[in-house]
Amino acid sequence: MRLLTHNMLSSNIKGVINGFPLRIEADNVVVKQVDFNPDFLKNMFSKIDWKALAEASKIMGYPELPDETPDHSILDSDDFLQKFHHALLELHLEEGALVCPETGRRFPVNKGIPNMLLHEDEV
Amino acid sequence: MWYLCVFYHRLLDYRKPEFESLADLFGSFDDNNQPTGSRSLEWKLPLHHHPDSPFHFVNLPSEDIARNIANRSILVKGLYEIWGEGSSYEELKEAINSYPDDRKLPYLTPDSTFRIIIDSFGKAMNFKDQTARIQAMDYIPFQGRVDLRHPEHKFWLIETDDYGSTNGLPPVVDKRIFFGREIGGADRKLLPTYQLKSRNYLGPTAMDAEVAFLMANQAQAMPGKLVYDPFVGTGSILVAAAHFGAMTMGADIDIRVVRDGRGPDCNVWSNFKQYGLQMPVSLLRADNNLPPWRPGLKEFFDAIICDPPYGVRAGGRKSGGRKLLKGVVGPYTVPDDKRTGHIPSTAAYSLAECVHDLLDLAANMLVMGGRLVYFYPVIRDSETLDDVDFPKHPCFKLIASCEQILSHRYSRVLLTMVKIAPYTEEIKEAARLQHLDFKENHVKWLEEGNLHAAVFSPDFPSSDDQDTKGLKESKKKYRGKYV
Repeated sequence: MRLLTHNMLSSNIKGVINGFPLRIEADNVVVKQVDFNPDFLKNMFSKIDWKALAEASKIMGYPELPDETPDHSILDSDDFLQKFHHALLELHLEEGALVCPETGRRFPVNKGIPNMLLHEDEV
Repeated sequence: MWYLCVFYHRLLDYRKPEFESLADLFGSFDDNNQPTGSRSLEWKLPLHHHPDSPFHFVNLPSEDIARNIANRSILVKGLYEIWGEGSSYEELKEAINSYPDDRKLPYLTPDSTFRIIIDSFGKAMNFKDQTARIQAMDYIPFQGRVDLRHPEHKFWLIETDDYGSTNGLPPVVDKRIFFGREIGGADRKLLPTYQLKSRNYLGPTAMDAEVAFLMANQAQAMPGKLVYDPFVGTGSILVAAAHFGAMTMGADIDIRVVRDGRGPDCNVWSNFKQYGLQMPVSLLRADNNLPPWRPGLKEFFDAIICDPPYGVRAGGRKSGGRKLLKGVVGPYTVPDDKRTGHIPSTAAYSLAECVHDLLDLAANMLVMGGRLVYFYPVIRDSETLDDVDFPKHPCFKLIASCEQILSHRYSRVLLTMVKIAPYTEEIKEAARLQHLDFKENHVKWLEEGNLHAAVFSPDFPSSDDQDTKGLKESKKKYRGKYV
């Protein structure tokens, strides 16, 4: 699971109001090379929740992103784009879990696939 | 400028929509003010040709756009700048001779290489006749050198013949001869490369490569775009989108399919690796009925492409408990000590609900102008699609519906919808209420939308023989859409 995915997901258990961001329990983080595509990154920049990404990136062992949402003009910096690219697309949670911040329910991540399916009594 | 577009004579309904989607992608409409969703090209048919004819004239703003469309397409056999046409070779000669020199001479220069290719539709031509026809073109002042392997310019002489109404087919073409310069054509070598029989990891409903490419073209997949498939399965549709350079993302409710596959080298990832494609940026297990997207997440995908489970080859599932939703058991709680490793039971997912969820998801998650491309099954009780009510949504405009007949009982229709209006609070609330109705009346919705019975129940012969005979004879023999 890339951090792009983490940035999109929340706990949608019935009754949960603040299901985002999910806390990451990282057992095994791998780096998988992805082709660098500045257009895609610029496209994604305005859509993602920056704080959640910066926080998640730290937990995954890459504390290189600014904590506060950077200004749009930073997209002209190639250095920034490389870091953004690495955090968003190359850090990969292979084994671990995503934990609901409100209920503590663990959504397991195995072989890189987050299992977001709810139990019968959570629907 | 007008070009002759010759299509492969198959998937007839898909030809023009594919061409127009690509025309839009490559900027044919950039200079005019047609709004997204009602953009269409000017088309003309050659004299006396049936609309199903593979020959069409199309008006395009530039040769570069024409080349881009033709080379990216799957169903364009060739796109030509026509130098002349006629019903006989005398007429053709006259037409070519009166075609302006400034359009012809740049392609006839001494330093160029060329070849002439003979093609025919509705007739076969032996090698001797072909050579004779090429030699008869000597009135065109070719100065260049012939190169059969890698010519700079390819000229085509295309003959069509009225082959009468054989096989129940009405004549789709009339006798006509065209001569023109090739601009481009589909790279059909893609199809054997991506054919399912050499695909590493397959499921029972993996999408055929040709149709998957057509879907990716309808969705205008290209580098920098993000494409999502909520019923990803073995990833057969996303493979096509990734081939065109799009970033891909997929979800499925069946964890064995997305996570495990058939082993470490036979899973969704390996299907991308097999062709050297960029891996999906995300695969996850999620329920399309209760998507786990964070609140406020919107306009994230450029396209959503999928083949929803409509209950004929494979049925959809959703979370909530099979017996619980049927009302057979009361609400229950999973004991705490059994929560880890608990496998939730899933309930059947009716087509109506599935499509409702898909449209709601797409309305929220697609960017403006983004495309939703999906298959929708139709029971064939009439000859045309005119009276079929396709799904509607206030955020979307249906721009193409392409039928592919699967059996005499049913066909599937590839629907292409463009997002033309923003997802508002009112639309969201209406969708929420509908969602609750689906949940409360689970059994009713399942029974109403049961396609499996309509497709597979035996055909009982009518007791009145006369009647059956009359019915059979009244059925039209034309089977154009089977090709």
